[in-house]
Formats: sequence, structure tokens, C-alpha cells
Amino acid sequence: MRPTALSNSTISICDFLLPVMVLWACSAAMAQSPTYKVGRTPTEAELREWDQVVGSDGKELPPGSGTAKEGAKIYAGKCAVCHGKNGEGVPPFKALVGGTGTLDTPTPKITVGSYTPFATTIWDFVNRAMPRYAERTLSPDEVYALTAFILYKNDIIKETDVLDKKSLMEVQMPNRNGFYPVPPQSAPDKDRSWFPYWNQAKPAAKPAAK
Amino acid sequence: MNSKKADRRGFLKGSAALAGLAVGAIPFANGKALAGVAPDEPNGKKLGVTPDEPNIEQLEYGGRSAYETGVYRVHSPGALALVGLRNLTPLQDSMGVITPASLHFLVNRELDLPNINPREHKLIIHGMVDRPLIFTMEELKRLPSVSRVHFVECTGNSGLYHYRQHVMDQKAGRTDQHVITSVHGRLSCSEWTGVSLSLLLKEAGVQKGASWLVSEGGDTERHVKSLPLAKGLDDVMVAYGQNGEALRREQGYPIRLLVPGFQGVNNVKFLRSIKLVDKPYYLQSEISAYTDLHPDGKAKWYEYQVGPKSLITFPSDPHKLPGRGFYEISGIAWSGRGAISRVEVSTDGGRTWKDAQLQTPVFRKAFTRFLLGWNWDGAETQIMSRCTNEYGDIQPTIMELAKLWGDDRTPPISAEKIVSLWETAQMSTYLNNPIQVWKVSQDGGIQDATYSTLKFYDFHL
Repeated sequence: MRPTALSNSTISICDFLLPVMVLWACSAAMAQSPTYKVGRTPTEAELREWDQVVGSDGKELPPGSGTAKEGAKIYAGKCAVCHGKNGEGVPPFKALVGGTGTLDTPTPKITVGSYTPFATTIWDFVNRAMPRYAERTLSPDEVYALTAFILYKNDIIKETDVLDKKSLMEVQMPNRNGFYPVPPQSAPDKDRSWFPYWNQAKPAAKPAAK
Repeated sequence: MNSKKADRRGFLKGSAALAGLAVGAIPFANGKALAGVAPDEPNGKKLGVTPDEPNIEQLEYGGRSAYETGVYRVHSPGALALVGLRNLTPLQDSMGVITPASLHFLVNRELDLPNINPREHKLIIHGMVDRPLIFTMEELKRLPSVSRVHFVECTGNSGLYHYRQHVMDQKAGRTDQHVITSVHGRLSCSEWTGVSLSLLLKEAGVQKGASWLVSEGGDTERHVKSLPLAKGLDDVMVAYGQNGEALRREQGYPIRLLVPGFQGVNNVKFLRSIKLVDKPYYLQSEISAYTDLHPDGKAKWYEYQVGPKSLITFPSDPHKLPGRGFYEISGIAWSGRGAISRVEVSTDGGRTWKDAQLQTPVFRKAFTRFLLGWNWDGAETQIMSRCTNEYGDIQPTIMELAKLWGDDRTPPISAEKIVSLWETAQMSTYLNNPIQVWKVSQDGGIQDATYSTLKFYDFHL
């Protein structure tokens, strides 16, 4: 019987099984030989096709380049209808431009420019999810150009700067250091760091919502 | 396919005809016997029980009584409806701990749903693994399976944003909106069946140094999310089944990630790729939303679990008690870690609390149904529930929650200040788990008495 199959059972059974579950999870992490030999090795082409999510290291970025000037034309035709002529946003669609320097004020303005910590985040989302209803129809050059346009509109790069895999990784976003460290990892069920508001205090005798 | 259907129906027709001859009369033949039963018969097709009934094919997958069509997923209106599908679970009609798949909430960040052919769908495990693997649906189903009951809750569920939207909807004349659905309805619980993600990762061989995984869906915007590998090796499931049948299309058919106890956004639907990596990927779906900006201008992110939470579902604001007397108070409790160990209910505005009965078995990171008999004396009062999980975490009141939020800020700020930030929509309200208070009026009507205690004076979005 597999321990996971029971891990959702009653409290008393779970209490008994917890050590077994932890052991099992650990052994799964360490034992590295396949048991079932189901599934096959993907081809190189398949790996390329399935490996398009771009992380902050930019390893997955494809070749290509573009400038804000080129991006402006694409933006006017494919993006401005939701994000506004100058990236100001047409609610509820996101604002792309502005707000830098407002995050520690009483009226923070969160936009793609003021909040996003990495330029890869913009490239990745435009590439995979934009424009709506025509997702993944932009060429890599067009995605570089649109990313350059958004960065230019936020005064992060110049209008004529050529954005490619190398220069995109050199872009310093204004909010690069605007986030707390990612919470540490440990066994999620026991660790309190995965949720900020655990309440262990004795509850008030009378809820304030009365 | 059609001819097969026709054959089966032909067979049924024949055998029913024989049966009819034998018994002499079939009570519901041609649907006539039902006439006169219900003068207030609802709209909708009558469902026959004989092969002569034109709607007999409906019995092949079943349908509910036409008298039950008042239970449905309300579509959430408002600005958010422009950017995604929002259909909310009618918790006020819930029973037990399982949400029917057809009533499971739907929050999509897009307006269309893929219609994936399972024969063509594949899942790839790649990145920091010894052996990248690609699985067909058939192969996934050959592997050892698990079935477990777990809730799924949208990250923003019970947030003040939704209450604000609710008030705006009411001002706009929407009468089908109630707090229990429009504020809390991004919440459902199912029995999920699938393959343990840890099994798949073991088959691929996790490399040293891998500490996160990035899962990607096959929906329109290819929803992606970074998840700590520690969780992926714990109890995450690649699910293909829900409540004893294949996943519904809107739940990610043919496969989805199921991440017990973590915020809904992690449960990537239409799952196509899992990549093992050594850090989170800082993706749009984990930055443009689901972060928490603090007064010092820095934001917290990658917070995952759902706090201990409970909610009285009967009576709640869609209901009206017909008169004094006995009622069974019924509700659900759930927690992002551990099992629910206790639910207390107050029927006197929080002065005294009684332990409710917990329906067994109690599942971890799943709905627990609680029940308490109550004799209503007809006087105005407030009813509410609060839960505790096995680690002793207690559900807070909304003011206690404001204090927890204030203490967590950098620098810390007062609970009163937090409330004013909530009221002016200057603060995100993810992970909200306050005690929901229902006010019972003398006429038996039920109203929210938690969110309505806040003063929303700025209704822009």
C-alpha cells in the first residue's frame, strides 16, 4: 500500500502515518532510479518546443533583437487598445508605464515599469500570453521590440537601444530590490513561513465584529 | 458512435415494450402520468423514463431534477469579468464536503477555455532531472494512482476587493449576488485522482541543486507558476480525475496540478510542462498579482498556504428562516496545513461558543463539515463559527486579522490603520480568513455582519 494513498485519511490515521509519509517523501527525493519505466525521452525538438518559459537568468531567451522605435509601431496596432496609447492602462487592463518612486508612499502606483523586478518577466509574458486572442503570434524580434518599448516608456532604456538576449539581461529594473527574500523551504505542513498570518493567540472572548 | 447509440435505444425500446405488455401499464408512459403532479412545474424539459420519451438520451449521463436548477454557478460580473471567466460555487446549497464537479468554481485569467484532445496531450518533465520524460495521458494513467479529498481556494477569495465589488453590483441592481458566493464562492472541494508528482519526479531523477519547479498550462495564456520543490515532493498530484470521473474541461482537462492547501493560482490547469530549476522564475503571474506591498515600499511574495478558515453555509445571506424553532447550523472548515480539529459556533454574537459536531472522516487540507443544532427564539442575533487546526492555529476575527497584518508590516502599523487601508482599497487582501458573522434579523433574514462593519467610502476600482 502506498503511503500517499492514505495521507488524506482521518486525523488519527494521519498522525500514525506522518513519519512514514516524511520518510517516503525523502526517499523519493534521493532514490534516483526509475521504477516504472513508463514515458519516453523527449526529442531535442520536443524539448525546445516545451521549454519556452523564461526565468530571471534568461537562459531560455531565443536569438533576436528590437528597439523601442520598432516596438512603438507594433504597440500601437496590437497593444494600445487595452494598455492605452502611452501604456497608461485602460482599467481593468494593466498600466505598463509610470509609478516609479511611489511604492513607499501612501499612494503607491503599481505598474509593469514600477514594480517588475526583472526585464525577463516582461519578455516572458509578452511572448507567451500577449496580445490577447493572438497569443504566441509575435516573433522573437517583435517581443524584444515591445519589451524595449515598455522599458523606454519607463525611462529605463533609450529609444534607440537595441534589446537582445545580452542587453536585456543587463537591464536594471528600478524595483529590482523591492521584494523581501523568498520564504525558506522546509516541510510545508510543519513550517509556519508559508503563510504570514497564523493566529495562535487566545481568541478574544467577544469578536469585534459585534 | 451514432449507430451504436441507435442500437442501444432500439434494444431498450424493445425490452420496455415487453415489460409494458407484462405489467399492463407503465405509470410514467409517454410522460403523461407526471401531469398534474406539479402545477408549478418549472421550466425545462421533462425527463422521461421510457424509450418513447424524446429526452431519454439524457439518462445516459444523468441530469438533475428540474426543481433544482436554482443551484448554479453565478457569473461574477464587474470589471474582472472582462479579463477572465469567473463562476462562483453556490456554497449556500452545499452539503457534506464534496462540491459537484459541475459546481466547482472557475477563475480563469482568460475568456476562453481550451478543448484539448487527450490523445494529443503530453506532459513533459524536464530541467534539472537526470532523464527528461514525456508522458502521454495513457502512460500517466498506467502509473500507480492516488485519490484524495482536497479543497481548492482562489488566492483572493474572501478578500475585501470582492466585497467592494459585491456592493457595487448591488448598487447596479444585481439581485442574484450574495456575500456567501460573491465574497467566498471561489472555493470548492473535490476528490481528486491522479499520479503523485513525487512519483513522476523520481522517475525523471531529481538532480542535486534543484529546489523549485515551474509548471506550465496549455490554456490560452499558458499560465505558469513557480512552486517550491519541497512541496512538489510532499503531496502535490497530477490529477486527471475529479469526483469519480474525468476532470471537467474548465477544471483543466485532461490534467491539472493539484497543490493541496496552497493558493488556487498554483493549481495549474491543462498541465503540459514541469521544469525543475534552482530558483523561482519571477513570472508575471507571481508579480503582477499575488504579492503584498508593505508601507516601506517593499513587497512580500511567494506566500502560499491558506490559513485556518470556516464559514456557516446554512443559514447564510441567501436564506430566510421561516420562523422560530429548530434549525441545524451547517458549515465548512478548512486549513492550508493540517486537519481541522475543532469548530466552535456562537449563536449569541460571540458571547458564548459551543463545539460543533465534525462530520467524519476528517480529511487534511479539505473541507470538514460542521453541524450544530440550534433553537432560534425569534430574536435578532449574530451567528458565527471559528475553527482550529491540529497545530493550534485559530481563525481570527476581522479585527484580530487586522492586528496580525499590522504586526507583519515593515514597519509595524496599528490594526486601525490596516482597517483604514482596507477601507480605501490601498492594500491587497489576499489570504483573508476572518470569522464570517451572519446577522439574523427578527424576520428571519440573514445579512453579512463582518465586511459590512468596514466603511468603504471609495468605490473606484
